[in-house]
Amino acid sequence: MSAMRAGVERRKLLDKLFVVLGLLVLFAALAVLLTLFLDLVRQGAPRLNLDFVTSYASRKPEQAGILAAWVGTSLIMVVTACVAMPVGVAAAIYLEEYAPRNWITAVIEINVTNLAGVPSIIYGLLALGLFVYKFSLGQSILAAGLTLALLILPIVIVATREAVRAVPRPIREAAYALGATRWEVTAHHVLPYSMGGVLTGMIIGLSRAIGETAPIITIGALSFIAFLPESLLDPFTAMPIQMFNWVSRPDPGFRVNAAAAGAILLGMTLLMNGIAIWLRYRFRKRMNW
Amino acid sequence: MTTPASPAPLWKSIRRRRVRDRVIESLLLLAGLVAVFTTVAIVWILVAEALPFFDHVSFADFLTDTMWTPLFAEPRYGILPLVAGTLVTTFVALALAIPAGTIIAIYLSEFASHRLRELVKPVLEMLGAVPTVVYGYFALVMVTPFLQKLIPSLPGFNMLSAGLVIGIMIVPYVASVSEDAMRAVPNYMREGSYAMGATRLQTATRVVVPGALSGIAAAYILGISRAVGETMIVAVAAGLQPNLTWNPTESAATITAFIVQVSLGDLPHDSIGYQSIFAAGLVLLVVTLAFNVAGFMLTRRFREAY
Repeated sequence: MSAMRAGVERRKLLDKLFVVLGLLVLFAALAVLLTLFLDLVRQGAPRLNLDFVTSYASRKPEQAGILAAWVGTSLIMVVTACVAMPVGVAAAIYLEEYAPRNWITAVIEINVTNLAGVPSIIYGLLALGLFVYKFSLGQSILAAGLTLALLILPIVIVATREAVRAVPRPIREAAYALGATRWEVTAHHVLPYSMGGVLTGMIIGLSRAIGETAPIITIGALSFIAFLPESLLDPFTAMPIQMFNWVSRPDPGFRVNAAAAGAILLGMTLLMNGIAIWLRYRFRKRMNW
Repeated sequence: MTTPASPAPLWKSIRRRRVRDRVIESLLLLAGLVAVFTTVAIVWILVAEALPFFDHVSFADFLTDTMWTPLFAEPRYGILPLVAGTLVTTFVALALAIPAGTIIAIYLSEFASHRLRELVKPVLEMLGAVPTVVYGYFALVMVTPFLQKLIPSLPGFNMLSAGLVIGIMIVPYVASVSEDAMRAVPNYMREGSYAMGATRLQTATRVVVPGALSGIAAAYILGISRAVGETMIVAVAAGLQPNLTWNPTESAATITAFIVQVSLGDLPHDSIGYQSIFAAGLVLLVVTLAFNVAGFMLTRRFREAY
């Protein structure tokens, strides 16, 4: 009997040990995130001031700033949002509300899944060949915005589909019963009710796009720009490009700049993700059909 | 929408709305087809731009030559060094991400309280959302100096540090896909196991994990595909010199790092350097596509299991 008791005790101990291990790994992961952010802020602290945000890039690290970078990033994000939002939402609505069960639908679904797994630098090569040369958009803000829009399209589509699917069937049926057409059901009922989920997906998508570096390097973003773009066809730089340029220089002064730019970039990404999580939480709480 | 005051017949309004519905439906379908066009465009552009490259370089040389020096006076075009760099960083990343991700998934799915799970998952999500260039900085400026204390001979650029940070980046991904698979295991299977006197850990390792195996395998495979395609971390921290080695403490370029390196220079459209990044990109696409298809088929299988 005591042998069995010992076996039970041992198994219970193993159970407890696993809980400790699980918590340890979990908190190690969270500690990385915290360390990373705090260290960026600490290292970048000397440059985290208003001058940094209002100066152009410079050969002297202590005079360099991110003006052209954040203006470039903002314009790119506007283009990305304007393209990804309508196309992504429309595609999701088609797949959820309209699509018949046929091979076209199957092909679209497979492609959306597949595109989510294509490395971002491949999108950069696509954009270089297609937007920059074939469409002659040049190494411009417009080309970068379109590229990132394609990149986040699967994210927006998946998030919108989930939100649309969460709208209960009876709401649609009630609308149909009153004689609404399919589009009226979608536009007057399904879409407004799923707006929270759509918005969340859009913010998550943009937070991914804002930090993407590889595809816009491939297009040919410049790292030294001392003017602000006047049109969407102008050459550009962006926050992650600026940071990459600074981090790859040996001069320690530029490392400080890289840390400061990184702190701002990471801060923006975390803020956008935080907003998305909060929105999701709020909408989930408010929904009681 | 408005009630017709004059005898504008009802059927006219119905027909107008039906026509509008048809037009809108085609527009929505068009948006859905953008995904298909994008895939086609990716394959088309990569193949079309890489083809002239293979006029200069034979396919056999490309796959078997052990040197990759396209920007030298006497260029050699063997993809092997880049593939080796990619495999080494991926392997290091998986050595970290698979155990850590699996432990987190088991803990969150089988042990954690509902409240803890709701609290932790968003934070994990944020770990996966950190811009990769920031992770690159982390690898170069924080992880490498730390590793140099343990391995004094470690060079400033090395695949070990880059691989470890890629691992950190894909932990949330591996964890969340595996957790989804574990949560799809029906509760009666757990209850059966508990009824036989098994502890939580025994239930987790002998019932839940085997039951969710194809889903967990899919998580690993999708993680691999992420690691293979990761660009900025290796471009910043692993070095840009192609180097045929299997030793993670050396510096070496990956396929992705090479594409970045060439893109940073301003190469003319028709040069062989320009074409070479599309050839490298094609290899990358084929590799990630193979993993994605395998992962996709596995997730499908585990969905059908119950």
